Amino acid sequence: MGAKYFGAAVRRVEDPRYLRGEARYVDDIKLPGMVHAAFLRSPHAHARITRIDTTRAAAMPGVARVFTFADLARFMKPLPLFGAPPPGLAARVSFTMRQTTQYGLCKDVARYVGEIVAMAVADSRYRAEDAVDAIEVGWEPLPAVVDMVTASEPGSPLMYADWPDNVAVGFTHAIGDADAAFTAADVVVRERFRVQRYVGMPIEPRGVVATYERRDGTLTTWNSTQVAHWVQQGLAAALEMPPHKIRVIAPDVGGGFGTKAAGYAEDALIPIAAIVLGRPVKWAEDRREHMMAAAHARHQVHDIALAARRDGTILAVRDRVWLDVGAYNSWGIVLPYNTVAHLLGPYRIRNLHVAFKAVVTNKTPNAPYRGAGRPEAVFAMDRAVDCLARRMGLDPAEIRRRNYLRGDELPWDLGMPYRDGNPLVYDSGDFRAGLEAALRAARYDEFRRAQPALRERGIYRGIGLSGYVEGTAIGPYESASVRLDLAGRVVVVTGACSSGQGHETSFAQVAADVLSVPLEWVTVIGGDTSAVPFGVGTFASRSAVTAGSSIHDAATALREKIIRAAATLLEAAPADIAIEDGRVLVRGAPASAVPLARVVQASIPTFAGPGVASPDFEATAYHHVPTVTWASAVHVAQVEVDPETGVVALLAYLVAHDCGKVINPPIVDGQVHGGVAQGVGGALYEEMVYDEGGQLLTGSLMDYLLPTAMELPPIETVHLEHPSARNPLGIKGVGEGGAISPPAAIANAIEDALAPLGVRITETPVTPARLLALIGAKKTA
Amino acid sequence: MKPAPFEYHDPRSIDEAVALLARHGADAKVLAGGQSLIPLLAFRLARPAVIVDINRIPGLDYVRNEHEGLAIGALARQRQLERWALDGSPFLCTALRHVGHAAIRTRGTIAGSIAHADPAAELPALLLCLDGSVMARSSSGQREIPARELFVSHLTTAVRADELITEVRLPGLPDGAGWGFLEVARRHGDFALVGVAAVVALRNGRIAQARVALFGCGAAPVRATPAEQALAGQAPTRGTFAAAAREAAGTLTPDADLHASAEYRRSVAHTLMVRALAAASERARGPG
Repeated sequence: MGAKYFGAAVRRVEDPRYLRGEARYVDDIKLPGMVHAAFLRSPHAHARITRIDTTRAAAMPGVARVFTFADLARFMKPLPLFGAPPPGLAARVSFTMRQTTQYGLCKDVARYVGEIVAMAVADSRYRAEDAVDAIEVGWEPLPAVVDMVTASEPGSPLMYADWPDNVAVGFTHAIGDADAAFTAADVVVRERFRVQRYVGMPIEPRGVVATYERRDGTLTTWNSTQVAHWVQQGLAAALEMPPHKIRVIAPDVGGGFGTKAAGYAEDALIPIAAIVLGRPVKWAEDRREHMMAAAHARHQVHDIALAARRDGTILAVRDRVWLDVGAYNSWGIVLPYNTVAHLLGPYRIRNLHVAFKAVVTNKTPNAPYRGAGRPEAVFAMDRAVDCLARRMGLDPAEIRRRNYLRGDELPWDLGMPYRDGNPLVYDSGDFRAGLEAALRAARYDEFRRAQPALRERGIYRGIGLSGYVEGTAIGPYESASVRLDLAGRVVVVTGACSSGQGHETSFAQVAADVLSVPLEWVTVIGGDTSAVPFGVGTFASRSAVTAGSSIHDAATALREKIIRAAATLLEAAPADIAIEDGRVLVRGAPASAVPLARVVQASIPTFAGPGVASPDFEATAYHHVPTVTWASAVHVAQVEVDPETGVVALLAYLVAHDCGKVINPPIVDGQVHGGVAQGVGGALYEEMVYDEGGQLLTGSLMDYLLPTAMELPPIETVHLEHPSARNPLGIKGVGEGGAISPPAAIANAIEDALAPLGVRITETPVTPARLLALIGAKKTA
Repeated sequence: MKPAPFEYHDPRSIDEAVALLARHGADAKVLAGGQSLIPLLAFRLARPAVIVDINRIPGLDYVRNEHEGLAIGALARQRQLERWALDGSPFLCTALRHVGHAAIRTRGTIAGSIAHADPAAELPALLLCLDGSVMARSSSGQREIPARELFVSHLTTAVRADELITEVRLPGLPDGAGWGFLEVARRHGDFALVGVAAVVALRNGRIAQARVALFGCGAAPVRATPAEQALAGQAPTRGTFAAAAREAAGTLTPDADLHASAEYRRSVAHTLMVRALAAASERARGPG
């Protein structure tokens, strides 16, 4: 097999339907007799329900039914919980973990603004919303728990009466001897950094359509999800139905970013309504609901300290971390331990001590979002390293040069487990070389030389660096089946669900190369539980590696079957059979070539007799990856700050990254660009703001600001390919990386621009008002 | 995000429209471009009993030279004026390009933005800076409301509930005058955190006339009248502008919101006013 397509800039096969407006999203699904759901959501951060009266709402025109917890009690099962520590991790780190159940409909106490209290179903969404307006609820407000740091301390009101405090996940973790290293250090810096609550905000909100066939007991549901099989498992448990009676289809999905990889109340409520009413039901989340009810993310506070030697060698890191998980701890150790596992990043540091508290508060539940705990770790670490560099009079590039791991030091064993319980060992890469490549491509030295003259003219330009090392493609597996049809064309089916990132192209490239067929012969199907019985889904930068490897394995097995059948057909030894461009032939005998279709057709039994082989031209693989594989990057941001208005202009942005072998360069560029855009949002624009009473103040996209094309600088990417040995394709994940470093790189660049004023950036987003206040404080000081 | 029920009318003439407004008064809302009203309806923040959609009234989408300036019909879209202004009216063009995005300006009307009277919007400030006016019609007649009397408070104008703005009158720049239009917004196309529209005319190297409208700095756009008067007769220097801006900024009572503090707005109003006045006098001096 040759690599004809792998690595080539193949045009995305899914793009024509997107560009023509022919993509089909959940809201495009219209079924005969379909009715529409709308939800009454808690207007309170924390309040007990004393009374619900749906009489008036239920009597309104067009209303099919209004449901409360009591109405659906027999269906109300706890929503899925994730994130118990795997054995290998639990053996090393002692976690205190508490998880409390959330139900699809609020039972007695609402714990965040947006939690679902009741569901109205009517013949139009308009009338369903009118009915929601008419539901009467008696509320007894309870004290709101809002600030994560004070919530973690004794004396705070409690979220859950049966918990001793509000700490959902607590642990300490150490490698080496941080105390000794701090004692021996020449220089120590410490700072408190805050990373705000910001979110994935896919352009398509969530949505669910469900229809139940009483005649055969099957449920079909379309769900805008990244994890069709998880939704299926959740429904099987909630509805006490066998999985094969439940078909979950994720059609075209307009972005996910982790937001759509969580388990949600609506996943079950819409199917339940369809079963109870005996009619298809649709719910299309609107943006207002999305802001308050789809998972939030990020939101950490770090008290971080670095210890260093006089020569700039970083000896140790100490960090106290708080994470605001919102009202329900759905994700357990995932975000906390991700942060810890990524704190040291590309740095050669042997001593670490972290104390972590994930805290419940009266806010929308937190879930992994593109980066999932890594951007927060990198912000704290790379900001602290810049503070250290400034203190020591070293250039930020130089201090990194002295502390970044070189290729010859890998594999690098951190001496701790990864989140999957396996040893955390950087498998491949060269972080120091990545740094140098980034500095060169960004013309860092040239920028530094020009900076003083610009400053004399009152032009405040700065350059900022940030690097990360990212565990990508968490296992344990993804499913793939590859089969031929009667015409010898190829169907690839996988549990990985695309949310726009080009699976139909990248996966086809892998399969086409293994089978030696033209790319356009390959159709990739994902996001349909009826197509493959088991699967995981798309998140954690995992699908290229996990699904890609399974497609590779399955296609390899299918190739063997084709060759065996062709050998019989062409009366040659299997070793002498080749497949070239969709035809099989005996090596050295081009005249023997027949199309793949001929091999398939010759294998199908006829009245005259059995075929040349079984027509079982199908193979399935569940490739198991040993653990994550480590991608890395260095980001360089260039900014100009207007010191009189606090406005930051992004001048240029560069990413030098290693995601192993690149399957499709433009797709990888797109992943990096999209990630950087979201990182820019985190650095400068986006923040979910709650007031002291737990009211959400950013309820629309007028208040929660996403960067648009106008706000983004030109983004340059440099691909550094250090192949992974942990999968047959030599690849690493790239879905999240772009979003990890921008907040740190941009904040570092802003601080660099304002170095003459001595401004220190400790929180994001760096808004004009915040920055001008910092500048003003320095000027008056 | 679906509007609460309302009664819908789409009158075919101004007379028919104002008759509906006379009948329904404050229960009715006029729909033109819908760029402010539709989101308010969708959030159910506005629940008018009656919508009077004027889009089907013929002949209201004009932009023409009249009254030593522009007469702009109630249905003229922002994009229409922007295209018109491309050729020779850079002041208008610059201001308009801060209004949302092309898609918004393609639907949004000039009159609608002025009637909505968001204190951080560009077009009310532009009207105020140019000493423009609106023509308001009701079933009992027509009156001209000067911009200085039009903007009462946050989302509130002197237009009565039974009146319809039929035309916006935008005078041209005084002869030889230069202009400056600057704003700081969180993102391109957002409402301004703070903005300044300034016009400066010079005579014999001195300021003959200066006009400054500030927006995003209070409940309504404001003219910096005392500062304007102080500037008249002065030399157009940074120092003069800074003194005028100090005077103007000191009298502002900006609001604080999620995006900026009152202090920020006052401080940046000062900065932008100096810069806008400098840009305006630079332009007044001309390329020579």
